[in-house]
Amino acid sequence: MAAISCKDLCKYYQQGDSVIKGLDHVNLEIEQGSFICLSGPSGSGKTTLLNAIGGLDALDSGEISIDGERVDQLGKAALSDLRLHHIGFVFQAYNLIPVLSAKENVEFVMQIQGVGTAERERRSMKILKEVGLEGMEHRRPAQLSGGQQQRVAVARAIVSQPKLVLADEPTANLDSKSMEKLMGHFRELNRVHGVTFLIATHDQRVMEWADRRISMEDGRVIRDVLQNNG
Amino acid sequence: MSIPVRAMSKLAWRNLWRNYRRTLIMLLAIAVGAWAMIFMTALLRGMVDDMVRQGIRALPGHVQVHAAAYRDDPSVNHSLTAPDAALLNILAADEVEAWTSRVKVPAMISSEYDNRGVQLLGVDPAGEVELGFETADVVEGRFLEGADDPGIVIGRKLMQRLETRLGKRVVIMSQDPDNAIADRGFKVVGVFKAELESREESIVYAGRQVVQAMLGMGSDISEIAVLGRDYRHPEPLAAHIRAVLPADEVVLSWLRLDPYLASMMAVMNGFVLVWMVVIFLALSFGLVNTLMMAVFERVREIGLMRALGMRPAAIVYQILVESLILLALGLLVGNLLAIGTIIPLRDGIDLSVVSEGMEMMGASSVLYPLLLWTDLLLANAVVIVLGIITSLLPAWRAAQYRPVEALGRA
Repeated sequence: MAAISCKDLCKYYQQGDSVIKGLDHVNLEIEQGSFICLSGPSGSGKTTLLNAIGGLDALDSGEISIDGERVDQLGKAALSDLRLHHIGFVFQAYNLIPVLSAKENVEFVMQIQGVGTAERERRSMKILKEVGLEGMEHRRPAQLSGGQQQRVAVARAIVSQPKLVLADEPTANLDSKSMEKLMGHFRELNRVHGVTFLIATHDQRVMEWADRRISMEDGRVIRDVLQNNG
Repeated sequence: MSIPVRAMSKLAWRNLWRNYRRTLIMLLAIAVGAWAMIFMTALLRGMVDDMVRQGIRALPGHVQVHAAAYRDDPSVNHSLTAPDAALLNILAADEVEAWTSRVKVPAMISSEYDNRGVQLLGVDPAGEVELGFETADVVEGRFLEGADDPGIVIGRKLMQRLETRLGKRVVIMSQDPDNAIADRGFKVVGVFKAELESREESIVYAGRQVVQAMLGMGSDISEIAVLGRDYRHPEPLAAHIRAVLPADEVVLSWLRLDPYLASMMAVMNGFVLVWMVVIFLALSFGLVNTLMMAVFERVREIGLMRALGMRPAAIVYQILVESLILLALGLLVGNLLAIGTIIPLRDGIDLSVVSEGMEMMGASSVLYPLLLWTDLLLANAVVIVLGIITSLLPAWRAAQYRPVEALGRA
């Protein structure tokens, strides 16, 4: 069964007299354990597609299912639970909570999930070490560089090992070394734990890590190719 | 899924201090509002309490026993026999602080220059003192020394009206049980002052036995006045006494004896609540504004939390906890401020410059603030309950943001 099924997704925005096509009859089937990159120019619909799959934005028409469950028909509370337990988000802007330290930001989702203190502590320290933020656990976002903040956001997204990670330009502020390390970590989670990754990116280096590349333009999928990353 | 209380509370606390100037200003406003509620209520309570106490002192007692017809016709014909064993048993109980029996009839007092209608009280002086008569109020001469004291004690104002003075003789005239004139000459042995001039002018004290002899009523009395432990709740005591009285005798609490006085208490309770709500309404604008600003400033964060899987109810909870912390801190300071300003005024506030106005209201010229725990609790409850209700609007607004729109805000 497909992990994610998108059927005829449409999302339009009115801008003055013209209509912007965010998603224009998009159809996709994504298997569990896929590692996919979404590419395309700005405004091509990558972020809109990620938001729609994550239940952050409503569609004008179409159906989205995750593990057979219709996301587009869920209520607010059920969508919240879906995001909390099954989806990890990495946003374009780092989107950390400024009054919480790096470690507390990473722990935040687990706290809402009800994970115990000791387990939260263990997992958050481990993931922060893995993303290279050891020793910076107690710094608040304002005391971290852009790249460091992005790594905290990534750590938060993957720390509770969701089934699906939706990442919007996760490497935008990372140097090559950090990018390689992060993508390696994503790949490991994908291969070892079967986590599905859907990554929107402009970065050619990131695209090379993917098993499948989906290119978008004007809200449509214009290319969908598999690539060998064995 | 339950709300992560600890995580939300920690966030609420930290968010509160992001803009500490705004928080401090709001805290100050809540504190001053709470202080105003409690302090003004204590002043009002003190004034009403004084009016009630003055009224009860004039009655006197929290409950009184009379012949059934006495209230309509307070003459010597409607008198009581001395208390029997069953009644004496109740009067000796712990719920009774003091009691006394008295003769109370309308009379005419005459000096060589003038005469006045008064209420003649034939009293046992020791019992009167126990019921609230202050011997210190006798400004000239002395108070009566016993129920058989042949002297009379009159008020300062009455002495001026009659143009008499200490040591002079006055004549008291009333009716005996056969409706014949009963009169007697008394030597003025004492002059008393009262908070209310009307009392000084309308009441005279004589020995009970002397008055009983003058009126030819044997050992009968007009009333039994009983002082309980709590003037606010006199009805249980009245009920106990009522249970042992014969059918032709009635017992009434001061609430029934002086309905005007009783209604003041009820009005006061209502007024206190209205006063507190009005103060809160003024505060609520600041509170809503503070929370609204806090929400608007954090739209992106709220969107982020929703995107990460936090339910709308948890967002509402977080905003309400922020409000609750703000209210609780403000109340703490306000309560301390109120208690700190009321305690130094325990010995009274001198209002002698407006004594005439105070007297018109039946209150004395020294105002003793009265801080009741119930008023303190009421003020805190009003602020917390209405504060939370008021905070629901910004909290609800915060919970309604759609994640994708909120995340897109600059």
